[in-house]
Amino acid sequence: MTTAAATTGARTAKAKPATMAQALGRALRDSMAEDPAVHVLGEDVGTLGGVFRITDGLAREFGDDRCTDTPLAEAGILGAAVGMAMYGLRPVVEMQFDAFAYPALEQLFSHVAKMRNRTRGAMPLPITVRIPYGGGIGGVEHHSDSSEAYYMATPGLHVVTPATVDDAYGLLRASIASDDPVVFLEPKRLYWSKADWSPDAPAEVEPIGRAVVRRPGRSATLITYGPSLPVCMEAAEAAVAEGWDLEVVDLRSLVPFDDATVAASVRRTGRAVVVHESTGFGGPGGEIAARITERCFHHLEAPVLRVAGFDIPYPPPMVERHHLPGVDRVLDAVARLQWEAEG
Amino acid sequence: MTVQELPGAAAYRPTPPPAWKPLTDPAPLLPDPEPYRVLGTDAAADADPELMLRLYAELVRGRRYNVQATALTKQGRLAVYPSSTGQEACEIAAALVLEERDWLFPSYRDTLAAVARGLDPVEALTLLRGDRHTGYDPREHRIAPLCTPLATQLPHAVGLAHAARLKGDDVVALAMVGDGGTSEGDFHEALNFAAVWRAPVVFLVQNNGFAISVPLAKQTAAPSFAHKAVGYGMPGRLVDGNDAAAMHEVLGEAVARARRGEGPTLVEAVTYRMDAHTNADDATRYRTDSDVEVWRAHDPVTLLERELTGRGLLDEDRIEEAREAAERMAAALRERMNADPVLDPMDLFTHVYAERTGQLREQADGLRAELAAEQERHGEHGAEDGR
Repeated sequence: MTTAAATTGARTAKAKPATMAQALGRALRDSMAEDPAVHVLGEDVGTLGGVFRITDGLAREFGDDRCTDTPLAEAGILGAAVGMAMYGLRPVVEMQFDAFAYPALEQLFSHVAKMRNRTRGAMPLPITVRIPYGGGIGGVEHHSDSSEAYYMATPGLHVVTPATVDDAYGLLRASIASDDPVVFLEPKRLYWSKADWSPDAPAEVEPIGRAVVRRPGRSATLITYGPSLPVCMEAAEAAVAEGWDLEVVDLRSLVPFDDATVAASVRRTGRAVVVHESTGFGGPGGEIAARITERCFHHLEAPVLRVAGFDIPYPPPMVERHHLPGVDRVLDAVARLQWEAEG
Repeated sequence: MTVQELPGAAAYRPTPPPAWKPLTDPAPLLPDPEPYRVLGTDAAADADPELMLRLYAELVRGRRYNVQATALTKQGRLAVYPSSTGQEACEIAAALVLEERDWLFPSYRDTLAAVARGLDPVEALTLLRGDRHTGYDPREHRIAPLCTPLATQLPHAVGLAHAARLKGDDVVALAMVGDGGTSEGDFHEALNFAAVWRAPVVFLVQNNGFAISVPLAKQTAAPSFAHKAVGYGMPGRLVDGNDAAAMHEVLGEAVARARRGEGPTLVEAVTYRMDAHTNADDATRYRTDSDVEVWRAHDPVTLLERELTGRGLLDEDRIEEAREAAERMAAALRERMNADPVLDPMDLFTHVYAERTGQLREQADGLRAELAAEQERHGEHGAEDGR
């Protein structure tokens, strides 16, 4: 239990630049060290350490039985994890890329999401499904999908996506510790983003289901998560020159959805733009905009807008930058809120 | 572009591939082409009389259970029942070969196996009654929820058996699937995982001739389902699924093999579904009465009864005794199923997550208000209704 003490942040250790990938790997390692029930399984997670090296060193430290290279079969991997969880283990499954998870969707939708409900609470499944997701790294087709809407639409699953190094560690620890299944979406273009972070004294992270205001502001709220957070932060800084003081809310968790934090922000600012790179039609933004409208209608001075990826299959890498919502597109949306500059 | 034009081609010296060497000799993995039989053969002489009598009593009860459950659908007490009439030998054997610590992974047609394993018949029927998805605690009975999606329970069996072995527990998982289910991808993935991991699992394919209406010839081109085993590197066994003694022996050997750490086995039981797919299905659209008659002569209950009577182990009195016990079971089931289950609609929100999300709390409040309003209306009219 030495790592448990370490994770409370009781000791202060010097923070050095660390990547999100390193923080995720450390979260896996600490979870495995703390709880022998935690098992990592997937394709290439052992000897290779995962194609993104998130599981690097785990097989060496904990053995092949705790960090297992499986046959290449996503339904089999997740299906086996269901059985392992039924026997009291806490499997953490890696789906190598977003679109590679699709063969496992039946297992996810029909069993992982529903087992607690089907058995009236007798058999919860504490499974974490790690899925690197989203574009922006020049991946060829089937390597850049943003599938969060499918998971959000499936009752019984938690859907979590970190955008910072601190959250990558804290939310993955919380997901593995959760008695409910968690789809843990890792924004792969942020894998190499850095922050000062100490593995010996990681920051406290709120439990799953709390959004956070990353940048306070008074003029409008940008609501975002995962890979689009840095875009929104940059847009908010750029907007200062135009006299716009944008608030940025990082959802961190799509299910459960933190209505309170989002509504409180929009009531303060009166205007909202939802930003994500998943498709707009049928995407998370529609749900979020509807929830805001239901709660904040009398506070709104403009319709809730969405800035999303186009409603197209994910494009080839040479043109993906035109598809991904960037700073300019966010600022255009802010302008469409029929802005009246303050002061 | 020729090879010479490739950069670095001069240094390229292809090495010949190593001679192909199969990892194992496939011969011991292959099933005998004829389904294994005990009843009516010399092997029957070696069978344990006590076991045979127990199998007989269970078969008679099992048949009566199938008939009773089908009758309950006609009375509206069960939403649906996929009968295993004709397949009782498979169901009973699957239940009896397992130790208490072992796990059963049934498909939706295997209610009888769960009951034969000791599950309360009413709890076993909750899914099909429509009041609850799973009426029992799977951990308590070591029976996974009856699985409606096809073959998806097979990887669960593999994962559970694997986990048990990692924990050092002496546990075997037996997973049941139909002939149609073998065409699903999860069947392949589960068998492959089990073989690679040498997981203590027994896969039982009940080949009952039809996947709803689609006959065997349109389901597979393999010589038998048991032949598929060799491709995964596990033994395949072909057995007469209507021969309870043969089923018990073959499944028992497979379970023992798994327990010894020698890995999984694929057992194909050749049997026949005497009833329609479910009570909602019209089997006359895809098969004739004379097709079914051929199999009626090979009925699992009759086969065992004939063997035991011929050997003087069973007489009219004992047959009557088994029938009476089955009638008592059916009467008790009828009576208990005639009681209306009491359901609390607020339970809809109880087991979605460990802790309700804000969204579910709001929805629960809404339903509570609806129910209160309903109660109030009901109260107003209660006197008129005489309730």
